[in-house]
Amino acid sequence: MENLGYLTVLLGFCLAVYAAVAALVGKWKENAFLELSAQRAVAAMWVMVTAASGILLYSIFTDDFRLSYVASRSNADLPALYKFAAFWGGQEGSLLFWSWILATYSFIAVYTGRRIHRDMISYVVAIMMSVQTFFLLLITFVVSPFQVLMSGPQITPMADGNGLNPLLQHPIMAIHPPMLYLGYVGFAVPFAFAMASLITRQPGDRWIHTTRIWTMVTWLFQGCGVLLGARWSYDVLGWGGYWAWDPVENASLLPWITATAFLHSVMMQEKKGMMKVWNVVLISATFLLCIFGTMLTRTGMVSSVHAFAQSPIGPYFNVYITLTTALTVFLILSRLDFLKSENELDSVISRESSFLFNNVILLASCFAVLWGTMFPVISEAITNEKISVGAPFFNRVNIPIALVLLFLTGVGPLFAWRRTSVDSLRRNFQWPAIVSIVFGGILFAMGITHFYALMCFILCAFVAITIIVEFFRGARVIQQKNEMWLGRAMVELTHRNTRRYGGYLVHMAIVIMFIGFAGTAFNQETQAEMGIGDKLPLGRYEFVLTNLTEDSNANYNSGAAVIDLYRDGEFLQKLEPERRLYHASGQGTGVPAIRARLREDVYVVFAGLATEAQKPVIQVYIKPLVNWIWIGAWVMVFGTLVALIPSKIKRIAPRTRVVATAKKRHEVFAK
Amino acid sequence: MNPRLKFGLVTVIIVGVLGWLTVDGIDSDATYYVTVEELQAMENPNDVRRLRVGGDVKENSIARKGTSVEFTITQDETELNVVYVGRDPLPDTFRNGAQALCTGRLRDDQVFEARQIQAKCASKYEAKPGEGVSPVYDAKPAENKASL
Repeated sequence: MENLGYLTVLLGFCLAVYAAVAALVGKWKENAFLELSAQRAVAAMWVMVTAASGILLYSIFTDDFRLSYVASRSNADLPALYKFAAFWGGQEGSLLFWSWILATYSFIAVYTGRRIHRDMISYVVAIMMSVQTFFLLLITFVVSPFQVLMSGPQITPMADGNGLNPLLQHPIMAIHPPMLYLGYVGFAVPFAFAMASLITRQPGDRWIHTTRIWTMVTWLFQGCGVLLGARWSYDVLGWGGYWAWDPVENASLLPWITATAFLHSVMMQEKKGMMKVWNVVLISATFLLCIFGTMLTRTGMVSSVHAFAQSPIGPYFNVYITLTTALTVFLILSRLDFLKSENELDSVISRESSFLFNNVILLASCFAVLWGTMFPVISEAITNEKISVGAPFFNRVNIPIALVLLFLTGVGPLFAWRRTSVDSLRRNFQWPAIVSIVFGGILFAMGITHFYALMCFILCAFVAITIIVEFFRGARVIQQKNEMWLGRAMVELTHRNTRRYGGYLVHMAIVIMFIGFAGTAFNQETQAEMGIGDKLPLGRYEFVLTNLTEDSNANYNSGAAVIDLYRDGEFLQKLEPERRLYHASGQGTGVPAIRARLREDVYVVFAGLATEAQKPVIQVYIKPLVNWIWIGAWVMVFGTLVALIPSKIKRIAPRTRVVATAKKRHEVFAK
Repeated sequence: MNPRLKFGLVTVIIVGVLGWLTVDGIDSDATYYVTVEELQAMENPNDVRRLRVGGDVKENSIARKGTSVEFTITQDETELNVVYVGRDPLPDTFRNGAQALCTGRLRDDQVFEARQIQAKCASKYEAKPGEGVSPVYDAKPAENKASL
C-alpha cells in the first residue's frame, strides 16, 4: 500500500507543477486550451492527494505497523476517533493533511471563480499551485508519510504502535488542528486573488468582493482554531490557564491579527478607494505569516512545548519564505502607480481614521508579539546569548493595546465618513459614556480596584451600550413603518444589511470575551498535600478529600482523588480529578475536575503523590468569568455566519470622490 | 492643522508608548538560556534576574515533597539539583529521561530554584535540538529507512 501512496503523492506533485506552468504559459501565449488544461490538472491533483490521504488513513485503521508513521502515532487499541486524528498527529501526516486542504481549497476557488474572474484565474491557479508544489515537494522527497521500518534489508513491522500522545486524545484536539489548518491554508486563496489582480491590473474591485468572502471564512476558521486550542489548554493541560504566549500559540495568532486588520481596512477600499497598497500588503503579510507560523511550528527554531521534532525541512521553508516575500514585494512595488488612493484623509474624527487607527493598533500588536516570539533567535544572532521573554512581556504590551482596540470598537462604527460633527459625537456617545463611567464607579465602590480590569469593564459596558442602541434605533424605524414586533424588526434590520449587523454581533462577541479575559485579574489559587479527611479552604469554598480510587481500561490506568466541594458551609458536589498512565506510550497525564458556572469556575488538579508519605497533592483554583470567553466564542461564530449571509438589499457601494469644496461662509463674504 | 499631520502625531504617540512598553517589558522579563555547564561556570549567577537551564531529568531523581518537587537534571557528565517551587502543575511530559527547561535562579547552596518548568519527551521519533534520534524502546528503526 505504501508504494501506491508514494506514487499518488509523486503524481500529485507532477500535476501541481504542470498546472502552474501550463496556466502561466497558457496565459502568456493566449492559449485558452492550455489554461483549461491547467484547471483540470488542479482537479486531477486533488484526486491524487485525496487518494494518498485515503491510503494513509487506511494504513492507520488497519494497524499497518510496517509504516514508521503509523507505528509512531497510533496503536492497536486507540479509539477510532483518535486513529483518525493520528492522520495529522505527526509531522509527515500533518503536512499531507495541509496539502489535502490546499488541494480542496484550490479546487473550489478555481472552479467557482473561473467564469467571474476569467481574465485572471490562470494567475490564481499558478500561485496556488506553486504553494502546493512546495508542500508536495516536501512530502514526496523529504518527509514522506509512507516510510517503512527496516532492519537491514528487511521490512520489520513493530508489534504495536506508540500510540497518539495522550494529551491529544481529547475531542477538542480532534477538531483543533483541522480548524487551524482550514484557517492557515485558506489565507492562500485571498492572497492568490490579490496577487492575480495586481498582475493583471484589475480595474474596479470585483476581486475585493471575492477576496473578502474568502478572508472572512478563513478568519473564522482560524479564530475558532485558536479558541479551540485555548479551550483544550484549559480543560486538559491542568495548569488552569488558556493562553501561555507560547511561540506556537503566537504563530497562530499573528495571521489572525493581520486578517482582522485587513477585514476592516478593505471597507475603506470599497467605499472610498483608499488604502489600496496597504490592503495588498496586509493580505500578503497574512499569507506569509501563515507560512512562517507553519515553519515555526515544524522546525523547532524557537523552543516551545508544542514544537514538533527537529526535522530537515527547516532550510526548505527558509528558502521558500524568502523567495515568496521577495516576489511579493517586487510585484507590489512595480504596481504602486496603479494602486494610488482616490481620496484623502479629511479629519481625525472620521470613519476613515478610526479604521486607520484600528490598523495601526492591530499591526503594533502583531509586531510586538512577533518581536517577543522571535527574540531568542534575534538576540542569539546579535549578542550570542539566547534571551527569551515570557507571558509577563506579552501581557504588558498587549493589554493596553487591547483596551484601546476595545475603545475603537465602540466609537468607530458611529463615526461618519469624512468628518463627524460635534453634535453627532454628543448624540451618539454622551449617554453611553456617562452610563459606563457610572457603572465603573459602582464597580469601584464594590471593591474592584484593579486598574486594567476596571478599565476593561467600563469599556465593555460602553461598547455594549452603543451596539444595543444601534440595533434598537434601526429596528424601531422598521417597526414603525411595518407594524411588526421589535424582535422581528431586528431580524429584518439585520437581514437588510448583514455585513454591518453581523459585524456588530462579532463586536459584541469580542466584548463578551474581554469580560472573560478581565476575570483573570481576580484568580485565586492554593495547594496542599492532603490526607483523607483533610480540609483545604479557598475563598468561599472548602475542599475535603474523602477517598482515593483506582481504575483501568484498555487504553490507560487511572487514579482519582474524590473531593467534596463546599461553599459557605453548604455541600455543592463531588469533584474527581484524575491522573492517568497510558499503556502504549507510558506517558502520564492529569485530568482536572472543573465546576463551570457563569460567575466563576472551580478548578481542581490531582498533581501527584508526595514521594515519601504517598499522600495526594491537590491544587485548587478559582477562575472568575472564564466561561464568558467560551460563550463569546460562540457569539463570534454566529455573528460571522450572519455577516456571510447575502443582504436582502443588494448594496452597491457608491464610490465617492471629492470634486470640489464649497467655500466657508466667512471666506465667501470676506472680501 | 492638516488632518494627515494630526493623524501622524497620534500614531507616533501610540507607537511610542507601545515601543516603551516593549523595551521595558523585555528588560524586566528577559530570561537568559544557559546549559548546565555554562551555569556552573558562571561567576555571578545571582546577578542575572532570570535564568533558563535545560537538561535531561535523571532516572529516579524526582521526589515530590509537599508542594515542591525536587529532581536532578544532567547534561552529558554534569549534574544540577533543581527544586520546583512554582504554583502551576508540572507538565504531563515531565518524567524520567525527559528534556526539562527550568526557569528561575541559582541559590547560594548551588540548588537551582525553578519557578517554571517546560518538558518535552525524548521519544525515538523526536530529537533533541542539535542532536540525533535517541532510541528509547526495544524495536529500533534502522538507519536506512526506505521510502518506497
